[in-house]
Amino acid sequence: MAAQKSEDWLYTISSKNKLIDLNFKEIWYYRDLLLLFVKRDIITVYKQTILGPLWYFIQPLFTSVIFTLIFNNLAGIPTGEGIPSFLFNLAGITSWNYFGTCLVDTSDTFKKNQAIFGKVYFPRVITPLSVVVSNLLKFGIQLLVFIGFYIYFVFFTSKAYAASPTTAMIGFPLLIVFMGLLGLGLGMIISSLTNKYRDLKFLVGFGVQLLMYGSAVMYPLSYFEEKLPEYSWLVKYNPMTTVIELFRYMTLGVGEFSIFQFGYVAVVSLIIFLFGLIIFNKTEKSFIDTV
Amino acid sequence: MSKTDVILKVENISKQYRLGLVGTGTLSHDLNRWWSKIRGKEDPYLKVGESNDRRTKGNSEYVWALKDIDFEVQKGEVLGIIGKNGAGKSTLLKILSRVTSPSTGSIKTKGRIASLLEVGTGFHGEMTGRENIYLNGAILGMTKKEITSKIEEIIDFSGCQRYIDTPVKRYSSGMTVRLAFAVAAFLEPDILVVDEVLAVGDAEFQKKAIGKMQDISKSDGRTVLFVSHNMESIQKLCSRCLVLSDGEISFEGNVLDAVNRYLEIFGFSTGSLNFPIIGKGIEITKFQIKDSGENVVNHLILGQKYFFEIGILNKDIIKEINIRLQIFDFNDNLISTLNTFHTEKHFKAQSNQYLNVECIIAKLPYAPGSYKIGLQIMDLAKRINLYENNSITEFFIENGDFYGSGKLPGAKNMGKVLTNYEWIIDANGIS
Repeated sequence: MAAQKSEDWLYTISSKNKLIDLNFKEIWYYRDLLLLFVKRDIITVYKQTILGPLWYFIQPLFTSVIFTLIFNNLAGIPTGEGIPSFLFNLAGITSWNYFGTCLVDTSDTFKKNQAIFGKVYFPRVITPLSVVVSNLLKFGIQLLVFIGFYIYFVFFTSKAYAASPTTAMIGFPLLIVFMGLLGLGLGMIISSLTNKYRDLKFLVGFGVQLLMYGSAVMYPLSYFEEKLPEYSWLVKYNPMTTVIELFRYMTLGVGEFSIFQFGYVAVVSLIIFLFGLIIFNKTEKSFIDTV
Repeated sequence: MSKTDVILKVENISKQYRLGLVGTGTLSHDLNRWWSKIRGKEDPYLKVGESNDRRTKGNSEYVWALKDIDFEVQKGEVLGIIGKNGAGKSTLLKILSRVTSPSTGSIKTKGRIASLLEVGTGFHGEMTGRENIYLNGAILGMTKKEITSKIEEIIDFSGCQRYIDTPVKRYSSGMTVRLAFAVAAFLEPDILVVDEVLAVGDAEFQKKAIGKMQDISKSDGRTVLFVSHNMESIQKLCSRCLVLSDGEISFEGNVLDAVNRYLEIFGFSTGSLNFPIIGKGIEITKFQIKDSGENVVNHLILGQKYFFEIGILNKDIIKEINIRLQIFDFNDNLISTLNTFHTEKHFKAQSNQYLNVECIIAKLPYAPGSYKIGLQIMDLAKRINLYENNSITEFFIENGDFYGSGKLPGAKNMGKVLTNYEWIIDANGIS
C-alpha cells in the first residue's frame, strides 16, 4: 500500500462523487476554450443577417416602447415624478434581459451540448460560464443604448429633471455579478433537472416571461405594494425585483435603497449559484447515460 | 515491466446501465414508480429490462456493459482494443475520456488524456476553417498559444489551404473531415485515446492519417489507446492488444494472438460445413486442409507444406471442370488465386464420377494471420458457375521458419507474402 501511495497520479477517474468537485486549476487551464465559446456565440448569432448586432439595440427599444404605451400610457402606472416612463422601462428591461437570457441560455446546457459532451471531456461548467460571459457583452451593448437615451432625456429634454445617478452606483459592478450568478445558478439547476425530466423545459419558456411580471420590470415595487398589498410579498422577496429596483435606484435615483436589499441579493444569488453548481456537478458525471 | 513506467492504471472498472429507464425517465414515470412502491406493488417499469440475455445482476433491470476491467498501460505503448459491437469498447473509451463515470472501480493516470471519439467535435458551420481549428483544438484540450504555434502545420496537413477562411458549411464533407482530423493529429497529450477515426477521408488521406498515427506513437513516444475494427491498422499500429467480449477482457497480449482471438469470437472456425454441399449438378463431398502428416488442420504454419483437398461428385452430364481457390485476408483483400485454368489443369468429369482434387502448396508463403478461402467451381464447357462461396472456410497461419535459416521474420516487417529469393554477392565485383 505504501508503495502505491508514493506514486503520484495526476488524477483519478472513479465513481465516487464529491459534493463540490470543482478543479479550479483545470477550469483555468481551459480558459481559452471559454473565450472561444464566447467568440463563437457572438460571431455566429448574427452571421448572414443584414442588421447584425443592431438587433441587440432593437429588441429592448421596441419592448420599452410597447411597455410604455401599454403600462404607462394606457394602464397609467406611475413611474415617478420627473422620470420618463420610457427610461424607467428601458432600465427594467435592460437589467431583466441579462438575467433572463442567462437563465434561458444556460437552462438547456446539457441537451444542447449533448453532442460535444458525449465525445470530449472538459470541465462542463465552462459552457454555462461562457454563456454568461457572452451575454455580458450583449448586456454591455444594451447598457450603451440605455446610457444613450439617458443622456438624451437628461440633457436634451426637460422631462427627466428628477433622474440622477446616486452614489450607490459604486455597487453597480457587483449588481451585474449577482444578476449573472442568479441567472447562471437557476439555469444550471434547470439544465440539471431537465436532463432527466424533460417536463421542466416546457416551463422555462413561459415561466421566465411570467417571472418578468413578478419582478417589477414595468412597475415600481412601491406601486405594487400600494395596489395589491396582500400579494406584495411575492414580488418583494423575488431577488430579481430587488436587483431591478437597485438598478433603477443606482441609475435613475428612483425607489428606495438599503444595504439590507443589497445583502439580500448577494446572499440569495450566492446560495442559488452554489446550489446550481452542486447539482450541475452531480449531473455532469453521468448525464450522458440519462440525457 | 518496472512499475514506474505505468502511465495508466485501470482497476476493476465496471459500468452498469439501467435498462428501460434511461431516456424515458420522466418525472411522470418516476412518480408512477413511486406510487406503486407506496402501494406495495411491483415497479411497473421493471419488466422492461427482462428480455435482455446479457449478464445480469439480481433483477434483470440491470446490465453490465463492462465488468471488472483491469489493465495497465506502459508509457509509450500503443494498446489496441478490439471486440465486436456491444463488447464494451465504446463504454470503456467513454470512461477513459471522462465522458461518463464508472459504476465501480477507478482509473488512475499520470498523464493528461485526450480523447478522439470522433473528429470535428464542436465544429460550427458558420465559422471559417481557421476559427474552427481554434475552437476544436481548445475543445480537445489545447491552449490558444499551442494552436497558434501549430496552425500552419495543421492547415498544411489538412490540405485545405485554399478554403481556410471560408465557412465550414461550404466545405465538402471530405474536406471537413480532413480539417477535423488535422486538428486532432496535432494534439499532444500524454495519453491519446482514439476511436476508429482513421476510417475517414479518401485513400490518400487514410494513408496520411495512419502514417501520422504511427509517427505519434513511434517517434514521439506517446501512449495511445486505439480502438478499431480494422485489423490491418491494429496490426500496423499496436504493440499490445486487448480483446473485449461481453464487457470482459477475454484476451490480453500480443497483437497477432489478439486478432486471432477476435476472429474466433466472430465464429471464424472450420468444421461448420455440412457435407455434401450441393452445387449445380455437382456435390462437394469434402473440403479440407491437410498437413504433410495427413492431419486435417486449420492452424497452419508459415513455410510448411499443405494440401487443400476437395471432393467433387459429378451428378449428371459430362463437365469441363475448373476449380478456383482464392485466399483472402481478414479484411477481404485478395491475397492469392490458385486456379486450375492458369496452370491448364482443368479437367473432365464424367457422369456420376467422383473426383478427389488436391492443390499442393509446397511452402506456405502467407504472412501470419487469419485467412478465408473462397471456392469457385465452374463448368468451362458451358461457362456457368457450379458452385461459388467466397468464404467456405477460414484458417490461421502462425509464424514459421520460411527460409529454413532458423531466423523468423518479425510479424510486423515481413509483408503479406513471403517469396523465395536469392542474393548473389560477388566480392570481386567492380563498381
